[in-house]
Amino acid sequence: MNDNNTKPLIEMIKVNKFFGSFQALKNIDLEVYKGERIVICGPSGSGKSTLIRCINRLEKHNDGRINIDGVELSDKVENINAVRREVGMVFQNFNLFPHMTIAKNLMIAQQLVRKTPKAEARKVAMRYLERVKIPEQANKYPIQLSGGQQQRVAIARALCMNPEIILFDEPTSALDPEMINEVLDVMVDLAKEGMTMICVTHEMGFARSVADRVIFMDEGEIVEQATPQTFFDNPTNDRTRAFLSQILSH
Amino acid sequence: MSFDFNLILQSLPEMLAGLGITVQLLLVSGFLGLLLAILLLLMRISGNLYLNSIAQVYIYVFRGTPILVQIFIIYYGLPQFEAIRESMFWHILREPTGCAILALTLNTGAYVSEILRGGVLSVDKGLLEAGSALGMSARQKFIYITTPLAARLSLPAYSNDVISLLKSTALASTITITDMTGIARTIVADTYAPYEVFISLAIVYIIFTFGLQKLFGVIERYLGRYTKREE
Repeated sequence: MNDNNTKPLIEMIKVNKFFGSFQALKNIDLEVYKGERIVICGPSGSGKSTLIRCINRLEKHNDGRINIDGVELSDKVENINAVRREVGMVFQNFNLFPHMTIAKNLMIAQQLVRKTPKAEARKVAMRYLERVKIPEQANKYPIQLSGGQQQRVAIARALCMNPEIILFDEPTSALDPEMINEVLDVMVDLAKEGMTMICVTHEMGFARSVADRVIFMDEGEIVEQATPQTFFDNPTNDRTRAFLSQILSH
Repeated sequence: MSFDFNLILQSLPEMLAGLGITVQLLLVSGFLGLLLAILLLLMRISGNLYLNSIAQVYIYVFRGTPILVQIFIIYYGLPQFEAIRESMFWHILREPTGCAILALTLNTGAYVSEILRGGVLSVDKGLLEAGSALGMSARQKFIYITTPLAARLSLPAYSNDVISLLKSTALASTITITDMTGIARTIVADTYAPYEVFISLAIVYIIFTFGLQKLFGVIERYLGRYTKREE
């Protein structure tokens, strides 16, 4: 953990989230500092996705507090918008706008939200497409790209908004195995550049090599959090051990 | 039974003289009906209980009654009210064409709004979440994500409704309008030859429908250009 920064970028205090009578998050306390790379893992239904979706208010928490860079998430639209400008997100199913070209996918929010002029937005878009190594696809539609390419576009789209934090919600789970690495490579590059990242993933190799901290969730709770080394080699909790033995057994 | 081909050749040009009115009924009520449908759709999805209820009742009433009855109510019923005769709408409602356009508009508006709502509801929620995550406002998401995608999703059902509207225009002939059907009925009254005349009338409608289908095919390919894997 980065103790030099006094104030955490993300602060969740006693956060609870219910879907009807089902409690998806139980008393979540979490602090994330600038530049930290967090991997969240856990069995399906454990609340991993719900947790990161609360950070940019795609889900509304029922109680507790969430502060992002000093802004508290509440029903206030200005606050939600302020947070969303700081926080990028990459989804499992890419969610590229199918009716827009790749370039337009990267430009639209810059133009509408940041009010960036079109020519400037296109320049930024091309810069990030080059960074994810697919500038030649700029004028195609998403359906004409492979899954791995689409996910790289989705990462570029988030980067175009110049976010402080990027949330990854199982970014490689919908990909064919041969395309997983091209996406992970982009994420590793981002991590090296110091981007603050929270990543829900089952890619344990990525967690081991990139994460500063690995968080294990089960039944809506944070069961264990530790550095990757401690987490994988000396997990303290029985549930963590059971989970690790299941996913690492093959 | 004898079949008089000469009569077909004679009556076809006469009926085509009514094509203009049929096209007018279709285009004007189709356009106004679409505007009404969009208004009803916005009321339905506004999240405002009152607006939503008003739109629902409207749709329920106009889908629940025959269009012929609606035409009769507007043409024979409304002029009985003095307030209508003195209103600014009287110069429209005085004319049978105005009444027919009004009835067709109100009717198609109810159907099309539900077609559009189906399109709006079919838009992938994940895309709207992506829009939210990028900081887009509800209005921006509706204009730039929902509308173009819903338009394409609604188009096949919408083209069906336009074709149905074309055929509903024939009902205008019941209130003295001389559209193609109106002219055909006059010719039948003169010649007592319903087979020849109505069969040729049916053929004209079929050709017209064929044209509409082709037109919608072109629009569908244009709106769906991003769904093809290859150029």
